[in-house]
Amino acid sequence: MITVHNLTKTYGEQTVLNIDQLEIPKGQSFGLVGNNGAGKTTLFSLLLDLIQPSSGHVINKDVQVDQSEAWKPFTSAFIDETFLIGYLTPEEYFYFIGELRGRNKADVDALLSNFDDFFHDEILGQKKYLRDLSKGNQKKVGIVASFIGNPEVVILDEPFANLDPTTQIRLKGIIKDLAAKEGVTVLVSSHDLIHVTEVCERIVVLNKGEIVKDLHTSAETMKELEAFFAG
Amino acid sequence: MLKHFIGLQWKSFFRSASFKTEIWFKILMALGALWFILVFSSMGLGAYVLIEKSGLGDPLRVVNRFMIYYLAFDLVFRYMLQKMPVTNIKPLLYLPMSKTKVVNFSLGKTVISFFNLAHAFFFIPFSIVLLVEGYPPVQVIGWHLALMALFYCNNFLNVMVNNQNSIFYLLAALFIVAGASQYYQWFDITIYTQPIFDFFYDMPWTAVIPWIILAGMYYGAFSYFKKHMYLDGGLAKKQTEAKTENLEWLDRFGNLGTFLKNDIKLIKRNKRSRTAVIMGFFFIFYGLLFFTSAIEVYDGPFWKIFAGIFVTGGFLFSFGQYVPSWDSSYYPLMMSQNIKYREYLSSKWYLVIIATIISTILATFYLYFGWEAYAAVLVGGIYNIGINSYLVLWGGAYVKTPIELTSNKKAFGDKQAFNAKTLLLTLPKLVLPIIIYAIGHFLISPTAGYIFVAVFGLLGFAFKEKVFTMIEGIYKKEKYKTLQAYKQK
Repeated sequence: MITVHNLTKTYGEQTVLNIDQLEIPKGQSFGLVGNNGAGKTTLFSLLLDLIQPSSGHVINKDVQVDQSEAWKPFTSAFIDETFLIGYLTPEEYFYFIGELRGRNKADVDALLSNFDDFFHDEILGQKKYLRDLSKGNQKKVGIVASFIGNPEVVILDEPFANLDPTTQIRLKGIIKDLAAKEGVTVLVSSHDLIHVTEVCERIVVLNKGEIVKDLHTSAETMKELEAFFAG
Repeated sequence: MLKHFIGLQWKSFFRSASFKTEIWFKILMALGALWFILVFSSMGLGAYVLIEKSGLGDPLRVVNRFMIYYLAFDLVFRYMLQKMPVTNIKPLLYLPMSKTKVVNFSLGKTVISFFNLAHAFFFIPFSIVLLVEGYPPVQVIGWHLALMALFYCNNFLNVMVNNQNSIFYLLAALFIVAGASQYYQWFDITIYTQPIFDFFYDMPWTAVIPWIILAGMYYGAFSYFKKHMYLDGGLAKKQTEAKTENLEWLDRFGNLGTFLKNDIKLIKRNKRSRTAVIMGFFFIFYGLLFFTSAIEVYDGPFWKIFAGIFVTGGFLFSFGQYVPSWDSSYYPLMMSQNIKYREYLSSKWYLVIIATIISTILATFYLYFGWEAYAAVLVGGIYNIGINSYLVLWGGAYVKTPIELTSNKKAFGDKQAFNAKTLLLTLPKLVLPIIIYAIGHFLISPTAGYIFVAVFGLLGFAFKEKVFTMIEGIYKKEKYKTLQAYKQK
């Protein structure tokens, strides 16, 4: 689904990302872990053409992302709060995204009804603008919005941070289902090793911009990761 | 303690992101400030002679008569622009220093704000002129001190009523009614207020009264602040009850409607964009300066075209100029969502066009000044639609200033919004139509001048697709730089 070739990003003298080759097949749940500054968000931003690669390129389902915009209809993401429109209510935001992705109100409502327990009655019908919601609730809105319109690729940066334990557990279920049942390619980054090992079939460790481990998740993965990060 | 506060203040000023602009712009800013000081001071110096010559009576009494409006305008300006001292208090809350000190410092900071000092440039020269003209010093000084206190009262009044929109609109409405009834001579509020200001002059000791009021206001502001210095009190972000709006009538425009819906909500729900629209509305009346011959230099024929551009282009300049910065806080979303640049741009374009047409219709009252006046407005409108609508979108690609939607900070111009490219682009916006008009005016006749400008506008309209392709290309090229710039708040 996604292929990365010789991708580098440098700022001045400093190389923040340097990936020779990375293939993410369709329907894989892909986890990205690494310390602060390892290049996780940089990689995701490159996948979404939000920054320009210094060399190399990203191909998303036959589309080179920095050349054409044709990847947009089947790709969705939630990176941070800059993906939210603060002056809209959650409903309006969902409908807005829905309209951009060719889904009418009824479609969006049907999708949202699956997330009732995820929202925990704190999102819909609250008479609040997104900018006035708590950080955690904003995140829930952004994550659910990225599921609108049956995307084939979903990119979530740190989806577990700021969420309460109940929601974290529900989100794990949702992500697993997306990849397993609907064949969606899900890319997740996290600082929490337990969450990623639980959710993702494959885990890639970034360190100083380079891939240092590429693991197929198994019973030993957690130990291996802990050993690596303990240094 | 004070040393720390001042140190913090100093750093926050010199290290602010916006301060790090190009050197020539700093010079330009300094020149601008100087110009402002010069205007105010020469007003202070010249007001006396001017009023005396025009035979309105004793200049001091005339100034006193209109003082109530001066104070009212001052309050309105402060309300719209003056920043509240609460910002930056939060990190000080849990540090070992008494709340009294923090509050005193924050309020004290407002005393030396530009909004207070600016008036001194008018009042000090004016008072000096009064003294030179032989007014009794004690009385002049009493009057001067009393008015100074009143402006500071405004300062603290503003601190207290800030964010109380209802009070503000009530006051503003009252003063507009008062001003209108004065103009039409139904009721003259100044008859009742002038004696108050005269009083400070006639009996200088009464200057104590405004100072007592000022002390009361300070105490009021102080206790108000101290009482509300909690995260869920005065320091909390104000939340308004949200209403979900459907605006379904826009659905028939397809994807364009989706964006228009969003833009309407953007304008309605954010302070900054509302201010821009209100400013744009007032531009409609800008032409009065030209067509009523109120200002002599504006009497030339070219200025009429200039006026026409501004009258119909208020929204275009106040809102259109900052596309795409209005969407700066969620630009990464717009760039990774299923959005085509062309659709995004055309929705903004339609918004500008619709507003220009509405302004042109609202401006029909210029017919009162003869058909030529309205013809200027009309061709100005056509030029705005045909040419300037593209130019603002084009210029927008280079304006990389993130906009903070919920605050009015920098609503009246931002130094980062000026750069060589945007400055160059203002030339065709304003100067080109004047040149086109001049060609017609001198070669054939004034009417031909109007026709020339209109034809130019219509031509631009015809090339819409071509121009859009070009602008789209520029936006794409600037995309990464724009994203990067919007990240730096």
